[in-house]
Amino acid sequence: MNPVSELIKNLADQHGRNRHNLLPILQGVVEQEKYLSEFSMVEIARELDLPASEVYGTATFYSFLEYKKMGKYIIRICKTITCSMKGKNQILLAIEDMLKIHVGETTPDGNFSLLQTNCLGFCHKAPAMLVNSEVYTDLTPEKVREVLSSYLKKQKEEKV
Amino acid sequence: MTASYQLKRADFIFKNENDWEQVLQKSISRSPQDLINELISSELKGRGGAGFPTGLKWKLTAEVSDSVKYVICNADEGEPGTFKDREILSMVPYKVLTGMAVCAHVIGAKEGYIYLRGEYFFLLPELNKSIREFEYYCKEINLDFTIRIFMGSGAYICGEETALFESMEGKRGEPRNKPPYPSNYGYMGKPTVINNVETLAHTFTIFKYGAKRFYDLGVQYSRGSKLFSVSGDTPKPGIYELELGMSLADFVEEFGDGDTKAVQVGGASGFLVPRKRFNETAIGFQGKLVGISLPTGGSMMLFNSSRSMFNVLDNYLEFFREESCGQCTPCRVGCQQLLKGIKAVKRGEKNAKYLDKLLRLTETMKLTAKCGLGQSVANSFSSIVENFREEMIY
Repeated sequence: MNPVSELIKNLADQHGRNRHNLLPILQGVVEQEKYLSEFSMVEIARELDLPASEVYGTATFYSFLEYKKMGKYIIRICKTITCSMKGKNQILLAIEDMLKIHVGETTPDGNFSLLQTNCLGFCHKAPAMLVNSEVYTDLTPEKVREVLSSYLKKQKEEKV
Repeated sequence: MTASYQLKRADFIFKNENDWEQVLQKSISRSPQDLINELISSELKGRGGAGFPTGLKWKLTAEVSDSVKYVICNADEGEPGTFKDREILSMVPYKVLTGMAVCAHVIGAKEGYIYLRGEYFFLLPELNKSIREFEYYCKEINLDFTIRIFMGSGAYICGEETALFESMEGKRGEPRNKPPYPSNYGYMGKPTVINNVETLAHTFTIFKYGAKRFYDLGVQYSRGSKLFSVSGDTPKPGIYELELGMSLADFVEEFGDGDTKAVQVGGASGFLVPRKRFNETAIGFQGKLVGISLPTGGSMMLFNSSRSMFNVLDNYLEFFREESCGQCTPCRVGCQQLLKGIKAVKRGEKNAKYLDKLLRLTETMKLTAKCGLGQSVANSFSSIVENFREEMIY
């Protein structure tokens, strides 16, 4: 069995096969795969006996349910007012410079994707960003380089 | 005028109370009617921003007869400049859980949900631990009530109660038409009480200390204390519990950096108040206090004179354009056109009078948009454009 199909089957077993179980299943696939491929969406539709268009319509509504291939680590920088006022652009430049990608792109090795997002709820510690579900606040260009270095280091160690 | 409009600190929400078991046990031994009366006499109003009387909400749902009802805690805190609910859930989760359980007792529900925004995924392990501990105690005192967490996935609109139900039902988070209201037709079509995290935490205070203790804080129409999320150009950003009814001038004196040009009250969907109106503006729910009285979910963003109000409005409109769910035309197209419009005026492609056309567009949105999102875009748009017109043009 295809590993994604198996994942979807397990998630459906765990959460149930009703319409109101759809979101937890979509979230489960994204947690593992980082995004929802067309294949995953069709599989989920089959598993829950829903039209694939309904699954697609729901999935694409939510900004955290990506439907394009994403890197292992998804960096989301808050671009809402306070983070924007407190130097979000410098943070963005530092990341773009370090990873050699722009917003909306993924590094060629498939490790990092860079996105902007709306208010993360850390306005008092702006600027803020998420790396997957980890939060980093009070960012400076130096701090963000340190954070990314630790992820790059982790990546290298995993390779060895 | 009874209470003064001074800024007064309060300390209820984050006060550590290690007797939630007793508070819960004592509360559920009382009759639903008794608890509702207590809540109504406290005059607690919803702390998410809309300010609906909490006691009335519980009463209306209690009066509907149905074997299945739900209690939902709205933790989809997405309004720009708000970050208090996360702090409540990580510091004093048991107050929120107790509030939910008492509500369940009052309305006759057996299931509760916390709708947690996707951005707060990292809260899950600790919160789940608190819930397990809480449910264990519920079992011990024979209270049939379970709480589950439902994760959001990054959609501001899901903070709107009916959009939140849709989302929980596995659909796009598109608000429903109201009526029917959640008290009759909520999650899965069942009678549902949906309260903000902070509102539930306040019910704990009320059930523990009695309604009077809460009612004595604040001013007429705006009773009690409230958490404020303070950010922007301030030397002390953070979360503060203050009594309602204070004047904005006092607030700025306490939290401003000495050069405050304007304060955004209530987040991007709230109002921008310029310096000349600080004295006549109070923070509360309704009624004329010192002039204008603004409701708020607690977001207070300060801007000093180095900030361009054009950039601020541009940022808000981009936010709304992205977060509009798109189902109703006034909001979907309105947000796009407002953003395009102010950019065109700034670039000189449209003359200044075009701003008046845009203001009329926001009026139309206020009247015709289906939910609070589209209706409230007019708040920040008109308060910024009217007070800082020259900054929009030059």
